[in-house]
Amino acid sequence: MFDQHLERHFKWGLLIVTFLLCLIGLATLYSAVTAGGDEVSQKVLYIKQMIWIGSGFIFLIISLLFSYKRLEKWGGVIYFGCIVLLIAVLILGKVVGGSRRWLVLGGITIQPSELVKIGVVIMLSKYYSKKNDIGGLTMKELIIPLVFVVIPFLLVVKQPDLGTGLVILLIASSMTMFVKIEKRALSVIVSLLTVIVPLVWFFLKGYQKQRILTFINPERDPLGAGYHIIQSKIAIGSGMISGRGFLKGTQNALSFLPEQHTDFIMSVLAEEWGFIGAGITILLYLILIILGLNVAHNCRDSFGLILAIGIIALIFWQVFINVGMVMGLMPVVGVPLPLISYGGSSVITTMLGISILINIGTRRFAVEE
Amino acid sequence: MAYYIKTVDSTWLKQRIPGFIICILFAFSILFTRLFYLQIIEGKEYRRLSANNCIRLRYINAQRGLIFDRNSNLLVDNRPSFDLSIVLKDVKNLEETIEHLSLKLGISQSVLYKKIGKGKEQVSYKPILLKRDIGRDVLAVIKANKHVFSGLKINIRPLRHYINKQSAAHLLGYLGEIDLKELNSGKFPDSKIGDLIGKFGVEKSYEKYLKGIRGGQQVEVNASGQVVRVLKKVYAYPGHNVFLTIDADLQQQAEKLLVGKAGCIAAMDPSTGEVLALASSPAYDQNDFVVGMSHKQWDLLVSNPGRPMENKVIQAEYPPASTYKIVTAIAGLEENVIDTKTTVYCPGHYRCGDRTFRCWKRGGHGKVNIVQALSESCDVFFYQLGQKLGSERIARYSRLCGFGEITGIDLANEAKGLVPDPQWKKSRFGVSWQIGETLSIAIGQGYNLVTPIQLLVLTAAVGNGGVRYKPVIIRSIVSAEGKKIKGYSRPEPLGRLPVSKETIDIIRKGLWSVVNTRKGTGKIARIKNIFVSGKTGTAQVVSRKKNEGDPTASHLKSHAWFISYAPDVNPVISVVVIIEHGEHGSRAAAPLARDLMNSYLKKKGILGEKSEKK
Repeated sequence: MFDQHLERHFKWGLLIVTFLLCLIGLATLYSAVTAGGDEVSQKVLYIKQMIWIGSGFIFLIISLLFSYKRLEKWGGVIYFGCIVLLIAVLILGKVVGGSRRWLVLGGITIQPSELVKIGVVIMLSKYYSKKNDIGGLTMKELIIPLVFVVIPFLLVVKQPDLGTGLVILLIASSMTMFVKIEKRALSVIVSLLTVIVPLVWFFLKGYQKQRILTFINPERDPLGAGYHIIQSKIAIGSGMISGRGFLKGTQNALSFLPEQHTDFIMSVLAEEWGFIGAGITILLYLILIILGLNVAHNCRDSFGLILAIGIIALIFWQVFINVGMVMGLMPVVGVPLPLISYGGSSVITTMLGISILINIGTRRFAVEE
Repeated sequence: MAYYIKTVDSTWLKQRIPGFIICILFAFSILFTRLFYLQIIEGKEYRRLSANNCIRLRYINAQRGLIFDRNSNLLVDNRPSFDLSIVLKDVKNLEETIEHLSLKLGISQSVLYKKIGKGKEQVSYKPILLKRDIGRDVLAVIKANKHVFSGLKINIRPLRHYINKQSAAHLLGYLGEIDLKELNSGKFPDSKIGDLIGKFGVEKSYEKYLKGIRGGQQVEVNASGQVVRVLKKVYAYPGHNVFLTIDADLQQQAEKLLVGKAGCIAAMDPSTGEVLALASSPAYDQNDFVVGMSHKQWDLLVSNPGRPMENKVIQAEYPPASTYKIVTAIAGLEENVIDTKTTVYCPGHYRCGDRTFRCWKRGGHGKVNIVQALSESCDVFFYQLGQKLGSERIARYSRLCGFGEITGIDLANEAKGLVPDPQWKKSRFGVSWQIGETLSIAIGQGYNLVTPIQLLVLTAAVGNGGVRYKPVIIRSIVSAEGKKIKGYSRPEPLGRLPVSKETIDIIRKGLWSVVNTRKGTGKIARIKNIFVSGKTGTAQVVSRKKNEGDPTASHLKSHAWFISYAPDVNPVISVVVIIEHGEHGSRAAAPLARDLMNSYLKKKGILGEKSEKK
């Protein structure tokens, strides 16, 4: 079934690191959902997550049958499909807690704003791999990618899901910086921003300014985000070197943490496993990223290379923002920790990304089909 | 070669990877440093803070805004509720305490023990709520005998207080606990479970102004839950005060006039659309919602046939009856179907097809013109006019007069009423329109449905010469510090009546005659020294089918309408009255409008001489 290239060059490292992160995630999730009480509905989350991860791995294996190069051809369709889903969310989506993020499709609830991250990465890779010269992208060449990014960005922010919107922007910016922006274009962008940002700020209403300031600095809102951050910091800090031990976290147990199974799962992990556990987890992410960069380095076509960089940016920014947030370094935004936070769409999206990375690494010598 | 250098390939891209690695390593080193700082350097301090989940939030509720009438009379404020709870660990002699409390609170000992029992497995430092809102007498006894009643705790909570019992209940509305649907809607981002929000009336419509901003404290507590220090504090901001357009005296008089009746009265300033009184009867006591109702109380409210929970002024839909003749008359005059010279002979009935339509006056009105037809409410005149106009033209004028559409008053659940036409009937019942139905519509019977507020807006518009103003209930919103947040100084026109100057003068003359001529149906509404204009209406509750029971049975009696404005020129007040099952508009509704207008005119000092009527 798989030819010998596939076997010889299969990226075992990436697979093993992914597997380890999933294991850590399941253990932490188990703690997060059981500690809150013996509610069955909570335990269901744990089972569901196992199913998502399992299907992720199965998908990973199947995807190896195809070459990532097909993504170049299908990029537009994938991207367009994601946009359609995002529009569908705004019209038919399920409202939870005031935002419309979820789409119920035949009993499965999906979050298209997660999938669109991959869609944008593929679309940009396709564009950048063709339209580039070493002088860098000119202003004119930047217009199309800007449109590719702004459409999903606005649709996601409309939900509203500012966190995911920002992640999309950051991924796209990283990819764009990677393929290099022409010096003149860069200076134009920078000067435009320095003019526009203060101007926009000037026109914002008082309460809008307050909201942005609170977003940047949660301490300004000691009854809301600021309170969550201090509880998260207490949870993490109280883990000390070796942690309180599995299922022994107290902040988690009394539901002092908000969203302890999704966005704040790192606090649970750090409280129970201490600096050793949290440190190893962050290190695993770093290894995952380095292995991914290695794949990019060994790739021989620019589409694959830029695609790999995009996926690395996707993983990197989510880890950096999520871990930074729970430790009080970043604004409080709903960005999940890849492979560890509960959430099917996030898990599947990350697994898709990793399977593309493995695919690129494995098929780098494969002849064009 | 040159081409080769210029294009990008993977080799060129690869040399950009190291730069990326440096950025990523830098970012990760920040994460590791922060983790190290939190867990290793500050770890001990955080472990201490986590010991009893020391850091807690204490909310400070914002004082809800006050509500005043147009003359700054306070209608709604807040009062403290003293909630009594018990901390078992601090009680010296439980039996004795319970015995005393049982006597003072009037709650049997077994009930009190039951309440305590529920909380017994819990940490005994946790206060157990015994009774909400205890009286000041009980409070005084407990405070005076602190040594006997050790372990008792009094919590003060602000409660909404509606000063005039049952007054303007439907306009002011009430508060209730926020429900899950509301929480999930995202419309109340600052609210949490257990919060009270406006559920009806002004309390609901102006929730965002009234509620204020909740404050709170991040506090550190010790093992027994006592506050050791306040880490951070956010001040609460009281809600804004709302000044209504209603006149509390007029409002209370309207309510007095409605005592024992089902129906409603609303009054408006015709030159601005400001609502001066809005009374719906029977009412409810909003304070019952504040302290919590028993199931029985609630069932009584909901099952009451007088529908006390409904604001009849905006939610109830009635056949407009003869008040609707204004619309038919406007249509007739504007469409040139009739003019002032047109006369009709009324023998007391009118034959159309094989049916005979009766005039309310058996003996007939004789020869009448449009002014007399309005004044004496001659049905035959309007049967003929309606027949000539046809249902579609009547419906068109009806819509232009504001029927079939909400007025947009700032109160929830306003009803639209119904303007029937052949198309509507076809889609609703699947049968075609009968000519007889046009005749019924022309005199305001049949499928027609209007709300009292719609009729009030029309009356005011006739009074002011043709402008339909949106009914306004708020004069201004002022912050607790006295800063004006929002003013409603400019009247908001909804549109003009579809009338020429000549037409409106004829209608006004008709309405003047209703009250001020010998044969007028609204004579009873006359006020000394002032000309009042008005129109009576008697809305049949059931169709004329004989098998539907005795028409004198009280629930089958007709509804009584009266709409009016005064003085007849440059009116300062317009009033709508409907008394359900009051029978005749002239006798059951008109005197109420008269009394209300009389007091308002007196208060306003308008006692001018009667001007000569041409």
